Formats: sequence, structure tokens, C-alpha cells
Amino acid sequence: MKSSKEILDSEFLDLRSKLLDLAASLDRIDRAEGSIAGDERMQLLAAGIAIIAKDDPDRAHQIQHLFSREFDPQWKQKFNMPTRN
Amino acid sequence: MEAEIQHANQKLATSMYYIDPHIHMVSRTTDDYETLARMGCVAISEPAFWAGYDRGSADGFRDYFVQLTEVEPLRAAAYGIEHFTWLCINAKEAENVQLSRDVLKMIPEFLDCPNVLGIGEIGLNKNTPNESIIFQEHLELAIEYDQQILIHTPHLEDKYQGTRMILDMLADHSQLDRSRVLVDHVEEHTVRAVIDAGYWAGMTLYPVTKCTPARAADIIETVGSERLCVNSAGDWGPSKPTAVPDLIFEMRKRGHREAQIKEVVFDNPRRFFNQSKNFQLSDPEDR
Ligand SMILES: [Zn+2]
Repeated sequence: MKSSKEILDSEFLDLRSKLLDLAASLDRIDRAEGSIAGDERMQLLAAGIAIIAKDDPDRAHQIQHLFSREFDPQWKQKFNMPTRN
Repeated sequence: MEAEIQHANQKLATSMYYIDPHIHMVSRTTDDYETLARMGCVAISEPAFWAGYDRGSADGFRDYFVQLTEVEPLRAAAYGIEHFTWLCINAKEAENVQLSRDVLKMIPEFLDCPNVLGIGEIGLNKNTPNESIIFQEHLELAIEYDQQILIHTPHLEDKYQGTRMILDMLADHSQLDRSRVLVDHVEEHTVRAVIDAGYWAGMTLYPVTKCTPARAADIIETVGSERLCVNSAGDWGPSKPTAVPDLIFEMRKRGHREAQIKEVVFDNPRRFFNQSKNFQLSDPEDR
């Protein structure tokens, strides 16, 4: 299997390009007319970018949770669902 | 060095035979069957799903089940591909409880068809009470008829919540054999809960909304390949029927051993399906 140096060597240009794509998409949104003030998706994206910038081993996992609705362990009571067996 | 590169390149270009355990061929062309065969696909399993519009009656589902059990096996056989299927009313139309119960009543008529592996893909879509009720009724049907189960987990922001709800409902049934249940469309945040609870897990390779081949390979590297399968879930929407060969290519590029790749794309789905009385598939290597 490849070393971290080998992976960085093979993926560096790809990562650079992904960063540019992300930056250009955000620029495109800014440049366009109309307002997105208060659109919570922009806050989600900003929070996602902050996760990427962290030095953590499970960034992808954290981003998945960022974009997920919460799970309520009491959901069955709320739905009036009987526990079956 | 040159010889090494040449050897690696040769390996990258060789096709490996594989099973696509989740693909909706009713939505694909005959050309796709040919392409799959050329790419090394030897068997597929096709769960019943949402057609892109709501069907008007239980009879619409009867026609669909005939298509899955009679028509598709013939289309697949023309290209040397074994076709298997799963029956249910999908989570989206399960919102209509009366229609769902009419369909549930009809399913047993088809369970003895030679290519039926079990009940699926059942699950949740928007995680509603009605979907949950019909999911439970499907589980009861599967238990009553001793069927394997294939489960669809919701999309995007609904996936985590829906997967946890599904695991809760599965746990209600102590008589359920967990090794005969596959929870599909897992991603980074849901795979461990599924595997740790003793179920099989499926990863779907979708261009934007699910796993990319690179992320699926990452998950295999971090979680391991035991009880893990990959599929294209090719259907009428944005999807790529040859996504499994893309994963094979990605894993080879990373230097995974051929035997480990084969485990994920052939041995694992075969091991899971083998628990169904209607499944038979020899390893092409032994033929
Ligand atoms: Zn599907």
C-alpha cells in the first residue's frame, strides 16, 4: 500500500483543483444577483470548510454528521409505534 | 522500474468478474447489459423500487413483479448474466398504507419464482410514521416466509436518522437472523452501526449523492471488507451501471491485493445471496 508521501504526490493536483472548484463556486454565488442572507446552507458549507481545515483523522465522518438531521432515540414514542417482537 | 510499471498497468487493464448486488435493470437499456457483460459482470440482483412516479394500483405492482421475475432474467441471460430479484413496495409509495397492504398481500404469490432472493428494497424515505409501519409489516412478512431482506436507507440529510430508525425496528425482531439482512447505501456515518450490529452492509457508488469509488475504498480500508458489498444502484436517475468496475480500478491503483478486491465484488455478495434457497452461482474460476 502507498505511503502518505506517495498519496500526497498522486493526489496533490487533484486536491488543489478541488479547492479551486470550491472557491470558484462560492465566488460565483457571491457574484450573482439576489440575496442569500440567512440561507442556512451557506452556514453549513462554512462549517464544512472549517472541518476540512482541522487536523482530525475523521473529517469525512464529521462532514456527514454536519449535513444530517438529528436522530431522536425516543422516535417510537413520538410516532406512537408499538415495539414489536 | 519500467517492468514494474508495465506489470501494474497490465493488471489495471484486466477485467475482473464481479456481481452487482443492486441495480435496476428495468430502467436500463439492452446496451447496458452488453456493457456489463463486457466489464465482467456475471450476476446481478435487482430490488423492487420506485419507478419515478407513483403507481396507481396494486395491479401495477403485479405487472412490475412479472417484469422482474420473467422478463429481466431473459434479457440478462442473453448476455450470460444471471438475474436475481427482491420484491416489496418501496419506501416512497409505502406512504400509502392501504396500497402497501394490498401489495404485501400479493407478494407471496411470487416468492417461489426461481430468481427471487427475498424481500427488498424495503426501508425509509422521509422517515415518516406510515413508512415505519409498512417497513415493520414487510419484516413480519419476511420472517413468516423465511426470506432474506434487502434494506434501502434514505438519502442525504435523512440517511443517518433513517438508518438508526431502521436498526431500532430490526432489533424489535429477536427471531430475525441478522446475517440474512443487508442494509444498503451506507456511508461513512452509518456503516459501523450496521456492521457492528451483525448485519451486512452495501455501499452504493453514485457520482454525487452517495459514495464515490475513492470514498468507498477508504471505507473498506478503515472498516474492513467483512460483510461489506458494493453496488452501482444503476437506475433511471443519475447513476453509472459500470460503477463496480470503477471501484475495482480504484482499489488496484491503490495496491490492494486481487483476492481482497474479489472478496468485496464477488465473494461477499455470493456469500450473502447463498443463504437464499433460490441462489445458485458457481465461481467462473472453477468452471
Ligand atoms: Zn435501489
